[in-house]
Amino acid sequence: MDLQTILDAIALGALYALVGVGVALVFGVMRLVNFAHGELITAGAYALMLANGWPDWASIIVCFATVVALALLLERIAFRRLRGAAPATMLVATFAVSFLLQSIALLKFGPQGNNVSVLPGLNRAFELGGVHVRWVTLVSIAVTAALLAGTALFLGRTSVGLQMRAAAIDFRAARLLGVRTNRVISLAFVLGALMAGCVSVLVVVQTPFVSPSFGASILIPALIGVVVGGIDRLATATLGAFSVGFATSALGDVLSSSHRVYLDSYVFLLVILVLLVRPSGLYAPFRRTTVERV
Amino acid sequence: MRVPSGVLQLAAPALLLVAVGIVGGRASPSVQIDFETALVLAAIVISLYCFVGNSGVISFGHVSFVALGAFAAGVTTIPRESKQFTLPDLFPFLQRTELSNVESLLLGAGLGGLLALVVGAALMRLSGLAAGIATFAVLGITHNVLLFWTRIGPGANTLSLVPESTDMLQATLGALIAAAVAFGYGRSRSGRLLRASREDPAAAQATGTHIYRHRLWAFTISGALAGFAGALLVHQLGSITTEQVYLELTFLTLAMLVIGGASSLLGAVVGALLVSGLDSYLGRAENGVHLLSVNVDLPEGSRLVVLGALMALVLLFRPTGITGGREFSLPLAALRRRAMLGR
Repeated sequence: MDLQTILDAIALGALYALVGVGVALVFGVMRLVNFAHGELITAGAYALMLANGWPDWASIIVCFATVVALALLLERIAFRRLRGAAPATMLVATFAVSFLLQSIALLKFGPQGNNVSVLPGLNRAFELGGVHVRWVTLVSIAVTAALLAGTALFLGRTSVGLQMRAAAIDFRAARLLGVRTNRVISLAFVLGALMAGCVSVLVVVQTPFVSPSFGASILIPALIGVVVGGIDRLATATLGAFSVGFATSALGDVLSSSHRVYLDSYVFLLVILVLLVRPSGLYAPFRRTTVERV
Repeated sequence: MRVPSGVLQLAAPALLLVAVGIVGGRASPSVQIDFETALVLAAIVISLYCFVGNSGVISFGHVSFVALGAFAAGVTTIPRESKQFTLPDLFPFLQRTELSNVESLLLGAGLGGLLALVVGAALMRLSGLAAGIATFAVLGITHNVLLFWTRIGPGANTLSLVPESTDMLQATLGALIAAAVAFGYGRSRSGRLLRASREDPAAAQATGTHIYRHRLWAFTISGALAGFAGALLVHQLGSITTEQVYLELTFLTLAMLVIGGASSLLGAVVGALLVSGLDSYLGRAENGVHLLSVNVDLPEGSRLVVLGALMALVLLFRPTGITGGREFSLPLAALRRRAMLGR
């Protein structure tokens, strides 16, 4: 593997990690696996498309505003009702919401997809140690690193962050101690949405084309990564999503062209093998939990 | 005279399926196909119920068993002469094989069960929620391989010229067989232990239930049923692409199960038949339809919006589905049971 392969792999891993954190933050406070997180990413991309022709900073603001508004709207009208429901019910419910939003996008924008462009300058490459690196690769890595560090600081150093961590460990106890449910949950959704917005922008820069399954095609592998890493901890979930992104990109470079069409199969097969060996998660601490918590 | 409740519980969904078969058989040929589709979809949803209903774990991967069953049954029943031309890249043994209809149904069931056993051995070790999400990986693999590997199937092309042997009678019988197997499993020791683990994993484990073993068993049986239903599907359609057995069918069948009520066979059947009827109607409405002197003409794609909204609404307001997740019981028997429980 050369430097180029490794950098590309880290960049895709970083994108998946951003998706993974967004999902895991919400899962932590609500035990809800949000399939509609993918549609937040899609909504961001469509917002960029509709704001086409505006200055880049303005369309990016529109993108973030749309994503955050949609996340809060979904939380208010759909997910709030699901609080305390069985995990399986919540899982299918968010799957239904995700499918509903995808079909609405299909109805509104059509199945063929649309061109969309933002910050095209980031696709230019520069020389680094004899290889061509695109700026967006570095920006993806830097943005992810900054957001992950920011999240860690927020959760570790602020009072609201502490409340979120408390809620993630034991929601009822946290409520009894005065943690405000609605605030903590809405905040988790907003943080997740901001990350989804970043993913929209970063992916649109690289592939300037949006279709109704835009977000779902990123969410599903990232979500599988979250499960591989261990869904009940933020750090393991993020690492798991990163690993699946890294493996996908690296395998894609290593495989011969006749095998590259089976890239998804190889990655998922790897996932199944890993789960066979480490059912509680690749990065979960070595201890046997015998009772299902999630 | 008291009828054992078990008989009634199987008879109610079975009678519904037979009724659909009889009404469908008398309908005009253009509508018959909708009834056949409804029955085949009911078979798929019953297979999904067999695992999801008993274990409480959601599976997004069942359509991969359906796909495997459909393509295996399709490829092995197309006449040799036409396979040479339509599927030139096939492995020689597949090129030569020409199975009868029943053999192909059994092949679909066998392969579906085998794949479920193999992947289930890995995935069923996970906690319920994680297992559900991980089943997406199975769907991804099956779709990816079927789409590109032309040695075993048509790849991205349409698999066509499959004998259309699933008529109304076979569709009804197929759905009945699936219902009987799923019901039989639910009444078995393993099925009851699995339902106990669905209600309270910790308590079930404490009383000695091996959750992994029973989940895997249920996954395998329902994988076999899904493969069988896939074989029925391909023989009903006559031609099939990989996209027809992918995300949309996954959503549609899950919606049917959830809307009907995931934890009962009756729920699976009612959900499948109702939603399938609605789906057929909406499909026609997209092409313009005349109903009760009102012209309904929905834009292309609104079918999925309506179904998605319906599923979300049912989940938000009645998460146990239309049937409440209960099997059929006579009003009298229900009263007696309530009296016994002292309510």
